[in-house]
Amino acid sequence: MSRLPTPITRPAPRTPAPAAPRAPARPARRAGRREAATAWVFVLPSVLVILGLSVVPVLWSLLLSFQYSDLLTPSVWVGWDNYRQLADDPQFAQAVRNTLEYTALYVPLSIGLGLVLALVLDRRIRFAGLYRTLLFVPFVVSAAAQGVLFSFILDPEFGAANSLLHHLGVSPQGFLSDPGQALLVLVGISLWSGTGFCVVIYLAALQDVPRELTEAATLDGAGRRHVLRHVTLPTIAPVSVFLLLWQTISALQVFDLVYVTTKGGPLGSTTVIVYFVWEQAFRNFTAGYGAAAAYVLGVALLVAAAALRLVRRRGDRRIEGATS
Amino acid sequence: MTDPSRRRGVRLPFNPWHLLLAPLALLFAVPLIWLGLSSVMSDAEINRFPPALWPSGIHLGGYRFVLGNAMFPRWFANSLIVSAVAVVSNLLLGTLGGYAFARMRFGGSRVLLVLMLATMAIPFQLTMIPTFLVMRKLGLVDTLGALIVPSLVTPFAVFLLRQFFLSLPRELEEAAWIDGCSRLRVLFQIVVPLSRPALSTVAVLTFLTTWNDLSWPLIALNHDANYTLQLGLTTFRGQHHTQWSAVMAGNVITVLPVLLAFLAAQKTFVRSITSTGLKG
Repeated sequence: MSRLPTPITRPAPRTPAPAAPRAPARPARRAGRREAATAWVFVLPSVLVILGLSVVPVLWSLLLSFQYSDLLTPSVWVGWDNYRQLADDPQFAQAVRNTLEYTALYVPLSIGLGLVLALVLDRRIRFAGLYRTLLFVPFVVSAAAQGVLFSFILDPEFGAANSLLHHLGVSPQGFLSDPGQALLVLVGISLWSGTGFCVVIYLAALQDVPRELTEAATLDGAGRRHVLRHVTLPTIAPVSVFLLLWQTISALQVFDLVYVTTKGGPLGSTTVIVYFVWEQAFRNFTAGYGAAAAYVLGVALLVAAAALRLVRRRGDRRIEGATS
Repeated sequence: MTDPSRRRGVRLPFNPWHLLLAPLALLFAVPLIWLGLSSVMSDAEINRFPPALWPSGIHLGGYRFVLGNAMFPRWFANSLIVSAVAVVSNLLLGTLGGYAFARMRFGGSRVLLVLMLATMAIPFQLTMIPTFLVMRKLGLVDTLGALIVPSLVTPFAVFLLRQFFLSLPRELEEAAWIDGCSRLRVLFQIVVPLSRPALSTVAVLTFLTTWNDLSWPLIALNHDANYTLQLGLTTFRGQHHTQWSAVMAGNVITVLPVLLAFLAAQKTFVRSITSTGLKG
C-alpha cells in the first residue's frame, strides 16, 4: 500500500484539557479577541484544505451514489437504484469476495509473522539491526515499483522465478497470469512489503515492556513461554489491536498494487473493491454507481472499526480487572 | 539492554534463530538485488530462457534509453516538485495550525479539532470521485496543481505537531511572550527550533506518501508530460514490456531516492513510522 499511516487515533494521550492559556494579564478582552483572530489566521489554510477536500467530497459522494452520473453531463437522481443494482452485480460480489479473501490472508499473516520476528529480534541476537533493516526496506518501496518489479520476476516466460523453478525441476507457473494463483501472489507481494512495518511497530512496543515485570516473573519461576503468554503479550495487546485495525483498513483498500500488476484480472480473479470503484468511475464513466460501491465499503470499514473499538474496550476492562 | 544477567546461559556456535532469520532476510533482500542486477543486463541476457541470473558486465543500455528516449527526467522533476512543495507546506501549515490548536484560545477550536481528527478515518475511495470533480472546477485537472492542492496539509501533520507542542514546557514561551514578542516570533524562534523530532517525522512521512502515491496521479493526470515517476513507470512498463532492462532502469530511478533517503536517515524513518502507530 502506498498510502501511509494517517494514524488511526487511539484517544489522544490524556493531556490536560487543551489550553486554558494562562494569558498574561493584559487588557484581557481585547487581547483575547486579537488572539482569536490570530489563531484563525493560523488554522484557516489547514481548515480549508482538510475540510474542503474531505468533508465536502464525502457528502458529495453520498449524493452521487443516488445519482446517475457520467462525470460530464448533468447527473440524474435515481434514488436507491445504484445500491439495488450493486446487490445483483456478480462482478461486485466477486470484488467483495476477492477483497475479503485478500484481507483474511494478509492481515493475520503479516501481524503473526511480524510478531514472531520482533520477538526474535528483541532477544540479544547478533545482526539484529541488519535483519531489521532488510525486513523493513521493502516497506518504503512504492506499490508501483513493487508491482513492476514483481511482474518482471514472476513473468511466466522471462521471469527469474520460473527460471529458478526450472533449475529445481519444477514446471513453470503462471503466477499473476493464473486465475487460481494471482490473488495469492498479490498477498505474497504485500507480505514482502508489509511485514517489516509490523516488525518495527512490535519492536518499538517490546521496548516499552517493563524489564522488571519479565524479570520478576522469571524469578518467580515462570518459563519463557509463560512470561510471553502472561506478561509480554498482554502488555503489547493495545499495539496488536492497533495493527489489526491498521492492516485491515489498508488491506480492504488495496488498489495500487492490483492496478500495476493485474488490472483486476485474470478473469476478474483480483478485482478488489477499490479497483471496482475506480473502474466504474473513471473507465466506464458510471460515477454514481462507483460512489455507491465506495459507500458500501466505507460503511463496512466503519463497522469494522467500531467493532474493534468495542472489543478493545472490553479487553481493557478485562486486563484492568486481572491486574487489580 | 546491557544488563549481563539477560545473557542466555547455553552457548551454541551460533544462535539457532539465525536459521529462521538469515533465509528470511535473504528472501526480503533478493527482489531488490535482482532489481539492481537486471537494470544493468543486456537485453539478450534478459530475454533468453532461462534468463541469466547474473549480468556478464555492466550494460547501461537500459539507463541510456530511459534517460534519452523516455520522459523519465521530466517525471522525476514532476515528482520532486510535488513532494518538495508538499513537505514544505505541511511543515509550515502544520506548524501554524498545530500551534493554534495547542496554545491559543479561539471559538470553535474543539469542534474543529475533532472534525479534523475524524477526517483521518475517511477512506480514500469515498473522496476520490468528488475530489476529482472539485479539481476540475478549479481547472487543475491534468496539472501538477491537482496533486499539490490536496497534499498541502494533512490532518496528521496538524495533529502530530499539536501533540508535540503540548508536550513542551509553556514557561519557555511565556518568558518571550512577556518580553513583548509576537505569537509568530515566539512560534518560529522558540517553539520550532525545539520541535525538530516532530517536524522531521512530518517531513519524512509526507515525502514518503507523496513520492510513492500512484492512485491519485492516475486519476488526476492525463498527459504523459505531467506524470509523476510512479505513474510514468507504470505506463512505461505497459508500453515497453519486452524491454525489461529499460523498465528496470526506470524502476531503479523511481525507487532510489526513497531508498537512499531511508538508508541515510534510517533512525528518523523508523521512529516516524512507529510514531504513527504508537503515539497517534
